[in-house]
Amino acid sequence: MSRAEGKASAGSEAPSGGEALAVGPADGTYAGAGVPSTTSTPGKPGAPKTPSPLWTFGLLRSELGVTFRRWRTLALLAVLAAVPVMVGVAVEIETSDGSSIDGGGGGGGGGPVFIAQITSNGLFLVFTALAATLPFFLPMAVGVIAGDAIAGEANAGTLRYLLVSPAGRVRLLLVKYATTMVFCLVATLVVAASALAVGALLFPLGEVTTISGTRIGLAEGLGRAVLIALMVAASLLGLAALGLFVSTLTNSGIAAMATTVGLLITVQILDQIPQLSALQPYFFSHYWLSFADLMRDPVHWDDLLRNLELQALYAAVFGSAAWARFTTRDITA
Amino acid sequence: MEELPAADPAPAPVPVSISAPAPTPGSVPVPVPEPEPVPAPVTVPVAPDSGESVIATSALTKRYRGGQLAVDRLDLAVPAGSVFGFLGPNGSGKTTTIRMLMGLIEPTSGTARVLGRPMPGASRAVLPHVGALIEGPALYGFLSGRDNLMRYDAADPTADPRTRRTRVAAALDRVGLTPAAGKKAKAYSLGMKQRLGLAAALLQPRRLLVLDEPTNGLDPQGMREIRALIREVASEGTTVFLSSHLLDEIEQVCTHAAVMAQGRLIAQGAVAELAAGARGRLVVTTPDVGDAARVLKEQGITDVVVEENRVTGEPPGRELADITAALVAAGVRVRGFGLERASLEDAFVALTGEGFDVAG
Repeated sequence: MSRAEGKASAGSEAPSGGEALAVGPADGTYAGAGVPSTTSTPGKPGAPKTPSPLWTFGLLRSELGVTFRRWRTLALLAVLAAVPVMVGVAVEIETSDGSSIDGGGGGGGGGPVFIAQITSNGLFLVFTALAATLPFFLPMAVGVIAGDAIAGEANAGTLRYLLVSPAGRVRLLLVKYATTMVFCLVATLVVAASALAVGALLFPLGEVTTISGTRIGLAEGLGRAVLIALMVAASLLGLAALGLFVSTLTNSGIAAMATTVGLLITVQILDQIPQLSALQPYFFSHYWLSFADLMRDPVHWDDLLRNLELQALYAAVFGSAAWARFTTRDITA
Repeated sequence: MEELPAADPAPAPVPVSISAPAPTPGSVPVPVPEPEPVPAPVTVPVAPDSGESVIATSALTKRYRGGQLAVDRLDLAVPAGSVFGFLGPNGSGKTTTIRMLMGLIEPTSGTARVLGRPMPGASRAVLPHVGALIEGPALYGFLSGRDNLMRYDAADPTADPRTRRTRVAAALDRVGLTPAAGKKAKAYSLGMKQRLGLAAALLQPRRLLVLDEPTNGLDPQGMREIRALIREVASEGTTVFLSSHLLDEIEQVCTHAAVMAQGRLIAQGAVAELAAGARGRLVVTTPDVGDAARVLKEQGITDVVVEENRVTGEPPGRELADITAALVAAGVRVRGFGLERASLEDAFVALTGEGFDVAG
């Protein structure tokens, strides 16, 4: 994606506004980041600089590069990739003597949902691994990335140099959120891909039995797996916005990460307390496991849509709060 | 390394006619470059805003949330093309002022204009023309020096990505970091980090360079190189705004200066004028300090201070030779006699009535 931007900007010498707009939306999610800077320096006296609107994506590309080249990010992804391996190997060892983990329907037993079906179909390891990592591993990794986004830069002092470059506060915030979103997606896909590889290696692949009991082909099963991965990634967007907001509050990256992960754990615990049932539908994690509904036939959309609405609400509320805080804050670090 | 001044245009020092025939080819006295060759104050005509102030603040005030008044009604005017020294002890409000000028901190009241545009409102238009080093360098330790610069350049939406690589290489070369460009920044020494910070400020041609304590942490050789670089940048027409707590640094490099103390502006103007504001001292070096002091007082000299082997006083408004004559007539053994030039430090002490915290 970023390479395409580079080519586009290099190819068109001075793209007109129309061209730029035509190219922008192709980038989907991040098109918004380009909007502010198109008005950056018109009519500056003595300024021969007529920046291409596409140059603004340079920061996003740089941010993605910096994030995914960091040892810390790679370590988080490695941990996430290891979870399906452990689950797969554990199930393989457990069942190697011929016994089975409860041969009943989906979602039963003590383990994560779908774990019983893994031995008969390796594709179910994808669903199991996502169900196992979604409550804690995935959101923790997102909390680390989101919490560190602004606070980590402030802590290192690099924030002031980015801002006098000038990155622009709104642009920087959008780039940080976009990068966190990309991380949500990459992290989820890493879990899914690792699970698929381990599942295919240790168990047979074949027709998939849905929760509703119908059977669907392997191709459609894979399609459902991709949908589920996207759903899981989307489930993390609310937490990402929350983490970004926390990150604008402090100059300590560690404090922001700890606060975000602490909030995650707190909400997860509160979600288990029956007396708080009136509040629970507003917890960002409440509908997380609704992704299992994608394995019904036909798909049961109610909770899935409620989950997406809730994530959008969190993103809007905490995104605005982060914007309000970050654009007015004195940068003293 | 050693830059030899061209032989001919240098005004021949007086003793040359005497010593000229003597030296053998091997022992030619290499004209050592002056420790700090002070060029005539460069006033380069800057096309877009000549005559206008590059930085102009009016009643600029910052009160932090704790109630502490960091900057108090500051009226600063930095002429275009100047090398402007911003002087004051640690904690006098210099950095807060710079942060307000760079749009990082919102003023409590008052206005700040940079390159003729209001800050922080016009940050996006102004800052691409400004290179800054604020409170020391800050780098991504896990990135190489080159990648650090690539990152800062990518943050500027007006920076052309097609020329990024060459501009980064040029900036690294300019601060002498090319050999270390591929090393991780966390392995850099403080001096190298400082240079990399300067390189970031020089990624593009700038109209204003804001340098907060640029020689902090550098060895004397590094300091000289940075000062030479500052002069070079200034000679290209860039206005340089240089904060420092080192008086001699300001005196060596700057054409103009402002003095801050406790958040307030105490003085500003051309360095020569500021220094001239404080008068020099008459200094008599003698073993007979008692007699010398008596004679000086008899000659109507005020503020006579007796030190060890030295007597100083306010210089009189008349012929100094009369005083030497009087000293000799009184049998005072004089080792040295003369006027000590007023330094900026004297000016500062005269202005603030306090010493200067020369740390580091």
